[in-house]
Amino acid sequence: MNVIIVDYNSGNISSVINSFKEVAEDKVKIEVTSDLNKIKLSDKVVLPGQGSFKSCVDSLNKISGLTETLNKFVITDKKPLLGICVGLQMFADIGYEERETKGLGWISGKVSKINNQNNKYKLPHIGWNQINIVKDSKILKGIENNSHMYFVHSYEFIPNDKSVISATTDYSSNIVCSVEKENIFGTQFHPEKSDKLGLKIIDNFMNL
Amino acid sequence: MLKNRIIPCLDVKNGRVVKGINFVDLKDAGDPVEQAKIYSDGGADEICFLDITASNENRDIIYDVVKKTSKKCFVPLTVGGGVRSVDDINKLLICGADKVSINTAAVENSKVVIDSSKKFGSQCIVVAIDAKKNGDKWEVFTHGGRKNSGIDALGYAKQMEENGAGELLVTSMDRDGTQVGYDIDLMSKISSQVNIPVIASGGVGNLDHLVDGIKLGKASAVLAASIFHYGKHSVKEAKDYLDLKGIPVRI
Repeated sequence: MNVIIVDYNSGNISSVINSFKEVAEDKVKIEVTSDLNKIKLSDKVVLPGQGSFKSCVDSLNKISGLTETLNKFVITDKKPLLGICVGLQMFADIGYEERETKGLGWISGKVSKINNQNNKYKLPHIGWNQINIVKDSKILKGIENNSHMYFVHSYEFIPNDKSVISATTDYSSNIVCSVEKENIFGTQFHPEKSDKLGLKIIDNFMNL
Repeated sequence: MLKNRIIPCLDVKNGRVVKGINFVDLKDAGDPVEQAKIYSDGGADEICFLDITASNENRDIIYDVVKKTSKKCFVPLTVGGGVRSVDDINKLLICGADKVSINTAAVENSKVVIDSSKKFGSQCIVVAIDAKKNGDKWEVFTHGGRKNSGIDALGYAKQMEENGAGELLVTSMDRDGTQVGYDIDLMSKISSQVNIPVIASGGVGNLDHLVDGIKLGKASAVLAASIFHYGKHSVKEAKDYLDLKGIPVRI
């Protein structure tokens, strides 16, 4: 099996690469690329993302044919994809960071700034927070409710169809932190930085 | 609920830990990779490396240390010390640092923080403020505490937030190395002033100081070096103590 981590200049992805390689050992081939043919032929894709919604969408669009290739991989071929942080947020139809930007539209919804209740809550939401698992998700297999995961973000994904939500976290309100819709998986937190439990999620994804 | 973080800091010089954990079963007590791994296995919420290498020719050693550590530690890794430019930040991130802390360069050239937070995102840009009390205010020092910029620390903190810093690492130079506790007044004033997380540093001598840093200093995270060195306290002991005192921590 081979897993591709999409390299589209979305910021720092070294930790994502290191964690997937750690879990993969010699069983799974991990490749970091934006090569369209390699993505087409791969079994699974990881879509990381750091920085703003707009900068990540812009970076995706800069690579000719990448969005179309990912669309085909996810929507037509129905192969598993894991979005991390802004990678998850881009599943939405639209994001409001910097300015209104169209997302990939795989899971209908929007990405807006976390309501910090007049500065009562600091932003970014940085650190370890507990996740409330609200439905069985294949990538959360073996993860106990209220486990801690590492977060760094100021914007949240608000899907229209709440049934895609697999976990939320409490920070000023219930923030969506894990989604699953058929073959599409996403985490707002960083499994690659969430110690052993994070690696377990990565392992779950690779074993799908 | 979001937990308060405990961040052990390791001083690294020419690729070796200067002060570190003194465990008998350590193969190599001076190896930063091994020490970082012990901290992360022990429940550290993040790891911080402060590179205090003085000579330019040994500067590149830290990149190799970061590369090796990031392959073994799966909690966030912050690296600071001698970071001068957007290019330096880029190199550290490529090697596997999750955040880079900027001190002198942030004072001397505001573009470094503005440009790097735009390029890499605020989440990986930590501005380190070394502050020293002068009368009724605090002044920002640079060059490892050797040079007084004369800049007011409170105004500077606000400015750094506006420039794109994702977090502030605030060190009281009056307290650093004294083990008498954080400068609570400084921490709480800065923390109230900005809406980004503040990491308190400088002066921790016992576990109550960590409690004070969070409860009174309003810090989101506490950084400490010497109390974790030589096995005085483990990270787990610190967390258990904070938990006992009603502070939310990841256990």
